[in-house]
Parts: sequence; C-alpha cells; structure tokens
Amino acid sequence: MDNQKRIYLDYAATTPLDERVLSAMMPYFNQAFGNPSSVHFFGQQAEAALERSRERVAAHFSAHPDEIIFTSGGTESDNLAIRGTAFARRQKLGCNRILTSPVEHHAVLHTVEQLASLYGFEVEFLPVDASGKVDPDDLRKSLDKDVAVVSVIYANNEIGTINPMVEIGQVCREFEVPLHSDAVQAAAHLPMEQAGQAVEMISIGAHKFYGPKGVGGLYIRRGIDRLPVQTGGGQEYNLRAGTQNVPYIVGLAEAFDLAQTDVAVRAEHYRALRDRLIDGVLTSLPNARLSGHRSDRLPNHASFVFAGVDGNHLLMLLDGAGFACSSGSACKVGDPKPSDVLKALGFSDRWALGSLRVTLGTGTTLEHIDALLAALPELVKKATA
Amino acid sequence: MVDRRNVVVAMSGGVDSSVAAALLVEAGYAVTGMMLRLWIEPGLEAHNRCCTPDAMAEARRVANRLGIPFYVVDVKNAFREIVVEGLLRGYSQGITPNPCLLCNRHIRWGILLENALNMGADCLATGHYARLRRYADGTIELYRGMDDNKDQSYVLSVLDQSQLARTMLPVGEYSKQEVRQLAHSYGLTVAERAESQDLCFLAGQDYREFLARHAPETVRPGAIVDRAGKVLGRHSGLANYTIGQRKGLGVASQLPLYVLEIRMEENELVVGEENELGHRRLIAEQVNWISGKMPASSFHACVKVRYRSPLHQAMVFPIGSDQAEVEFDAPVRGITPGQRAVFYYNNQVMGGGMISSGYD
Repeated sequence: MDNQKRIYLDYAATTPLDERVLSAMMPYFNQAFGNPSSVHFFGQQAEAALERSRERVAAHFSAHPDEIIFTSGGTESDNLAIRGTAFARRQKLGCNRILTSPVEHHAVLHTVEQLASLYGFEVEFLPVDASGKVDPDDLRKSLDKDVAVVSVIYANNEIGTINPMVEIGQVCREFEVPLHSDAVQAAAHLPMEQAGQAVEMISIGAHKFYGPKGVGGLYIRRGIDRLPVQTGGGQEYNLRAGTQNVPYIVGLAEAFDLAQTDVAVRAEHYRALRDRLIDGVLTSLPNARLSGHRSDRLPNHASFVFAGVDGNHLLMLLDGAGFACSSGSACKVGDPKPSDVLKALGFSDRWALGSLRVTLGTGTTLEHIDALLAALPELVKKATA
Repeated sequence: MVDRRNVVVAMSGGVDSSVAAALLVEAGYAVTGMMLRLWIEPGLEAHNRCCTPDAMAEARRVANRLGIPFYVVDVKNAFREIVVEGLLRGYSQGITPNPCLLCNRHIRWGILLENALNMGADCLATGHYARLRRYADGTIELYRGMDDNKDQSYVLSVLDQSQLARTMLPVGEYSKQEVRQLAHSYGLTVAERAESQDLCFLAGQDYREFLARHAPETVRPGAIVDRAGKVLGRHSGLANYTIGQRKGLGVASQLPLYVLEIRMEENELVVGEENELGHRRLIAEQVNWISGKMPASSFHACVKVRYRSPLHQAMVFPIGSDQAEVEFDAPVRGITPGQRAVFYYNNQVMGGGMISSGYD
C-alpha cells in the first residue's frame, strides 16, 4: 500500500511539516547560515532571525522575549524546567519536595523519578479523577513553601484530558511555588496566552504543530530561580548552552504562529469530527469506553479502551487496513505493558491493554472518520482474545 | 479477502528468514514481516539470542530495506503456557520433549498464522530449509531441503495439510551457501549471528538449573541400578541425565556404563554397558501423517530419532490411526522417549510421532 492510500490518524505522535514552515526555514540552512554569536554580518543575520523568532513565540504567551528559551524539543524543555528550578530552589531555599501528577508524559515522570532516586528529592503524586484531571483543592492540601516545583501536564497525550491550569496556577501562586506544565500537546490546539499568565514555565515542541522535529521551547517567567542543565557557552541567557539551531527555531516560530492563529476556529472543526468518531465508536462497539474526559479534552483527540482486546494486535490490523493510529500500551518490540496513565485512571489490565488513540489533523476528512468507523468493529472483533 | 499474493514472513533478523522475505518481494508478492515476541525467563532477557532488541532491530532493518511493513506479535503468555509448561510436564514424566516442535505447531503455525490470516494474508512463509510440493488436487507433500546439512524438515513434521496449504518455504530450494550469496546480492548485510538456540527461553543457561527451579521433583536424588535391579550408586536427579549419557554417572565399573533408561515413577536411573544401548524397535505415538491419511501398509523408510540424528534404515508399521511401530535394520542408539521419530521415504517426509518407548 502506498502512503496515498493510507489514512494518518496519529497527529498526537507527530505532524507533517507545513509547506509554509519549510519555506521559512530554507534560507537559514545555507544562505543566512551564520552563528548567532558571531560578530560579523553573517552572525548578525542569524541573530536577527533568532531574536525575531523569540519575539514571535513570546507574543503567544503574552511574555517578554527573554522569557523564551529554545531547546531541542519538549522533552528537553521539561528536563530544563524541572531540574533547573528544583536544583536552584534547593540550593537557595532548601526546598526538597516535587509535586506532580500520575498522568505525566515520561519526559516529566522519568525526570522526577531520577531526581528522587539519584538526588534525594521527595516526589509526591497528586490524585487524579477518573478522567485524569488534577483537582486544585487536592494540590492546596499538599502544597507548601518547601516545594521546589510543581509540574502538571496541560493536556494529556494519551487520554486528551485538559487540566484546569489557571486554577492550579492560582494555588501555586498562593504558596509562591513555581508551576511547570508540559503543553507539548496543548500548544497545538489551545490558546497559550491565558496559560502564560497562570503558569510560570511551559514546554512546547514544534513537531506537534506542523513544525520540524528536534526543536522546542520553554517559556520561563522572569524571576523564577533556575540553573542550567546543559552547560557550555552563554547562549539562551546562560540557561541552555550550545549554538542555536537557527533554521529549526525559525521553523518553530512560524509553525507556532500558524498554530495559534484562528486556534478556536480550527478547534471547532476538529471537535465536530472528533465527536462524530467518539459517538460512532461508543454506539457500534459495546465493549468500548472512552478514556479521558468527554468534553474537557483536546479537540482533535479521541481515545478508547476495549475490554479483552489486544491493543498491539488492533494497531497492526488497523495498519494493515490502512489506518495509522496509536495506543497507550503498544510498543514496537511486542512487549505490551498496560499504560501507567490508564492504570492511574483506574482501568484494570483487561481494559488498559486494549487501548486505542485516534488523533486528527489538517489532513483528516469526514470520509476518513467514516471509513474508520466502518472498519473498526470487524478489526476489534479480530483483535479480541 | 483472499489474495494469492499476500504473504506474511516470519522474520527473526537472521539470514534465512531475511532472504526468504527478499525472494518473495522479488517474486512480486505483497510481503509483510512479522516477528514473535516469545517468553524469556524473567531476568534473562538480555541473553536470549532469538528475540532480543538486537534481533528485532535487525529484522526491522531488513524489512525497511525491503520496503515491507513489519510487526512484532506478542506471544509471551501462550509460549509460556504451551511450550514451557509442555517441557516441564515432559521432564516430570521422565521424558525429554523437543520444545521447538510444540512452538512450531502451536505458536508459529498457530498464533502467528492466525495473525497473518487476520491481516488478510494468504500464506505464512518461513526461512526453514525444507520444500513443499503442491498437487492439483490440493494435496501437499513435504520434502527435505536441498541442503543436506541444513535440512529442517524434521521440525516441520508436526504440520498438517491445512497448515502446509498456508505455508511457503522460499529458501528450501537453496543451500546455506547460496542463501548467504543471495543475502549479499540483495544487499542484506545480516550479521552472522549464532544459530537459533534450541531452548531459546533459557537464554544459554543450563536447562537443569531451570528445571531445578520450576520442576524440583525432577532433581530428587535416587538410585542408579543395572538391568537386574542391582543398586550401583546414587543419581543427583533424573533430569540431569539423558539416554546414552556416559559421563558424570559416578559409578565405578570395569567397562564404561551408559544411561539406558529413566524410570520416573521409581526415581531410578538404569545403566548398562555399551552393547545394551541400542534398540531394534520403537513405538511412536500421536503420529502425524503429512498426507493426513494413515498409510495402507507398512513401508520401508529412513528414520530420524532426534533432530540431529542420522537417518536409519527401517520398516514402519502403522498401528491404528495415530501410532506406528518402527523396526530398524540394525540397533539404534539414543532412542529417547519424548523425542520425535520422523519417517522419510527418500527425501519425502511421510510423518512422525513422539517416541513412547524403545525395545528389542
């Protein structure tokens, strides 16, 4: 089967590069190729592109340009935010606790786990409800001034649930504890302006919103205590050493502009397709349940669990039928484990091993959704143990 | 949805299955690669040669190079339940099963074939060195591979007509040497890895240690006796011995002694001299006749009594629908209950069954 006939429904994994983004990037590979740190004109050209990109990204957070740090992606941004503030606030204030949720991306989860096991931080997990949401009142009960950093995912990659970040931010502010949020999924579909007011640190990655892979950003508010994780030259306000990847940063800025423009209009379009898919699956498949919140979820995100279904097998069958989807338990080496996120929501292994994630994007049409709805019941039946 | 041209290849990352896939792609089939994720004793994952991350990466590279989709199929639970439990059960009954045969029948040509058919494939192809001949009336015959040294028809003798109808063996027509050259000409730089292990899930550890942990009744010490019942010494647990074994008996004797028999119920090890080792006859049970039909009469055959055994001249007498008595022209050593006897007529596999006893 050639790619023309395949239907891509895994936009939460990654997205194709937008042609406009590619065009914006091209001059910075071999024409304005200078090192932004150089004194000469080549360097100045690159620096101008870099700083212009910083301004464009900052604008969408209602932030100052110096509050934007460019990184290699969402994972590095998460590492920098959490490690950087945890170490700085321990050094300065003796804060030794980290609060986070049990539904974080591995970039956060494995980072706090290492901070606990190697560096002696005390990590505590906030409870979540059955949709995967953190309750700000639960945070208030656990929070105190000895907390170095709080990290709560903005919108979950596996189940799509959106957390009440404004309210969570208000609680953190009462205790003057910095709040970080992994918005790698959210930044593609939700306006970030409000978030920039409520949250001190926000991670984004360009390839989730039709930008290139390998570049990301961290919004970090002025005045937040921080230490670099990667040391070297003085780039990125001494917080992230290494010559900046100018063409990719230009690509990130262009893509983020496109993502944040008319974001509500596009969300409405995706929401209609998503709801058609969710309603169709829940109607036609009695052993299906929606995972995550019914309405407070990413507009392009539908995720399900099927009782007694082998999720890996289902993905393989879907791929064979031309549908590229994802699941929380799937793994390429055939060693499926029930996802931690689904277990945190209270799903038993029988449900959690049969998960399916369908995420929509610019290429998705009504016909794609209907084709998937037509094919799914038979494939789910085949994948039922 | 049956399309003659859809084939799933069972890939291992090794040269044989990689060339099998390449040959099918070249012949114009729509090929999909699949690899099994088998059970490995927890903690030993890194030592297993067959489905390590390395082997998977290799298979994935080959699939990528050939431009075919590739999936890993998780069969850990079924492998544990069918193959590993089957092995443990065999040892606790005092027999020596061949787990690869269980795996082929129930896992490869069971679950994997089912997965392949589910995906809309018509056939499952593997890198085994054996050949199939298909007739117009739909019957299929199984033959030894072209390469005598590599022939693997023995381990396919468990398959029935419906399984063989869905099987392709693209490398069976070639020698190992030719397969290596083909790999080279296809640009498949498959690393020369060690051959697949017999007990892959043990990842190289001694099977006796495994038995001691999972079937401790097979490692209880007991008496070593001769045919007359005279006690000659003590054994360290019956699982530690195989028929024909000479070393490590710890019994003093003028002539070398060999293991003749394992008596699980009495927990006795029977030993004797070399001239007592061979048997003229054996009984095979659960016989699978490849044709699906019991032969009408006895026939002259060459018989293997284990995977790597030589071919022994014999007469095969079918008994009932699924038993056979084999009468060798000369005594044969190493006839071991639990192992498989496979009957060949010239190069054709007629059938095979599990050895239940050897006698004279």
